[in-house]
Amino acid sequence: MNIEGKAVKFGDNINTDVILPGKYLELIDPEELGKHALEGLDPTFAQRAREGVIIVGGKNFGCGSSREQAPIALKGAGVKCVLAESFARIFYRNAINIGVPALECDGISKEVDEGDILMVDLQNGLIENKTKNSSLQTATLPPFIMGLLEEGGLIPHVRGLIGKQ
Amino acid sequence: MHKLNIFEKILARASKRKEVVPGEIVEANIDMAMIHDLTGPLTVHSFRKIGGSKVWDPKKIVVIFDHLIPPSTILAATLQKGLREFIKEQGIPTFYDIGQGGVCHQVFPEEGYARPGELIVGADSHTCTYGALGAFATGIGSTEMAAVFATGKMWFKVPKVIRINAEGNLKKYSTPKDLILKIIGDIGEGGAIYKGMEFTGQTFSKMNIDGRLTVCNMVVEAGAKAGIVPPDNKTITYLKKRTKKSFKPLKSDKGTDFEETLEYDVNKLAPQVACPSSVDNVKPASELSNVKIDQVFIGSCTNGRLEDLRLAASILKNRKLHRDVRMIISPASQTIYSQALKEGLFKIFMNAGAIITNATCGPCLGGHMGLLAPKEVCIATSNRNFIGRMGSPESKVYLANPATAAASGITGQITDPKNLRRR
Ligand code: SF4
Repeated sequence: MNIEGKAVKFGDNINTDVILPGKYLELIDPEELGKHALEGLDPTFAQRAREGVIIVGGKNFGCGSSREQAPIALKGAGVKCVLAESFARIFYRNAINIGVPALECDGISKEVDEGDILMVDLQNGLIENKTKNSSLQTATLPPFIMGLLEEGGLIPHVRGLIGKQ
Repeated sequence: MHKLNIFEKILARASKRKEVVPGEIVEANIDMAMIHDLTGPLTVHSFRKIGGSKVWDPKKIVVIFDHLIPPSTILAATLQKGLREFIKEQGIPTFYDIGQGGVCHQVFPEEGYARPGELIVGADSHTCTYGALGAFATGIGSTEMAAVFATGKMWFKVPKVIRINAEGNLKKYSTPKDLILKIIGDIGEGGAIYKGMEFTGQTFSKMNIDGRLTVCNMVVEAGAKAGIVPPDNKTITYLKKRTKKSFKPLKSDKGTDFEETLEYDVNKLAPQVACPSSVDNVKPASELSNVKIDQVFIGSCTNGRLEDLRLAASILKNRKLHRDVRMIISPASQTIYSQALKEGLFKIFMNAGAIITNATCGPCLGGHMGLLAPKEVCIATSNRNFIGRMGSPESKVYLANPATAAASGITGQITDPKNLRRR
């Protein structure tokens, strides 16, 4: 699974209240949610994300509420993958569950500048910075998480399980 | 066999193993699951997409309406209607509709659904609250909950555990909230990512269940997966009148290794405040007396319990709010509401100039009933002060205990209750 996109950078402790404010939690449609992604922090984000971007976050990305609408909003806005120094656990699980690859990557904030073109090789945990001509190696995802992503997330996975019974 | 801590014991039992080790991934059976009116609709949506027809066990699911009640928009009303239909269709017996329950993390323990040794998941990050009763409880997303509804199982990575040992007695006006704020201030917003937190020592064994609920409620603000206060006689007494189900209190083996132990002496702990816009930005209340406030919110799953309302009332009695301040009080459950009414607390609140809402999350998540305008400042007893949490992204939220919040309402600026002038 190779993913290419332009990097959009954020700092440490980006919480789900700023990724998707509570007032939009009634929304279910990913595209509608996407329009409000990160609007409190960067009102231009939704516009910029449309071309398909890769988020580069700092520590504890996605902390706070359990709202799955946060990664759904990112996905709806056009985010292809999230790389961060570390993730808050509920956000991490939610992202994988809805089929958005999330990869923990020590030192990524330093390696990447806003707008750099990145190529992420999920299988091998390799992140190539095409703009800077550099690369970063990180731990690969556990096989069953990789499997979940390949299946397209938790819904198809469990649907398969139920089907087998 | 290596010595097991309480987290490992619960995960081992739930995954039918003799032992588990940190880092290992296990598939575990879920004892109880909870959804509310905001995460429920998406859960049902995903459940349908999975192709689920019957939930794995309707008696293990609790549904509580609390976030937008009574519904503040037509969309909210429509989603609640849909959820009611799902509950009927699935025959889920434990449903707390408007007027029957209140804030989920108060109602769930109050009604006896959180028992020692159980593995509980809720589609809400503050599900960790139930660790106060010795359960391993954690928040999950809606799609994950849909998978639990379909299978009754979920995968867990066995966490490493930090022990927080506290000794000493809390001073007057210093509360369990101040202790957990201090801890989060020390270890930081991501200080316990993926980890468990076990609370031991005399301070916690003396603490009543209300206080333990407050402490465990906030472990997620340090990134923790779950927090647990080992069950004791207080836990058993609390549950006796609330549940008929038997349970087995589990405790960490003597001499278990923890990743780290942090020691606290609470004898000198003063009221603390988390400043905008992160929960680890913690300072003593007394250092913030130059901060003017517009609104006070007393409520939420952190500090909307009876002892919190009593504490606020003890400060507000025979006093009036500052003329530039409004105060919103939300008892955390219908039960607390009627008890507070009986004790005459509402009279005190109303004489001071506060308003009392139904038991709801409302203002805590900036949902309804008291959103903030740009540049406004609120002191709240809840658990999050993120940018835009309670309204405009340009508003500010300070987090404090109910005594500090009440005292600040009287002076119009952040006030350590001990500095309030005598009546
Ligand atoms: S009171 Fe606030 S923190 Fe607690 S469940 Fe409701 S919205 Fe969440």
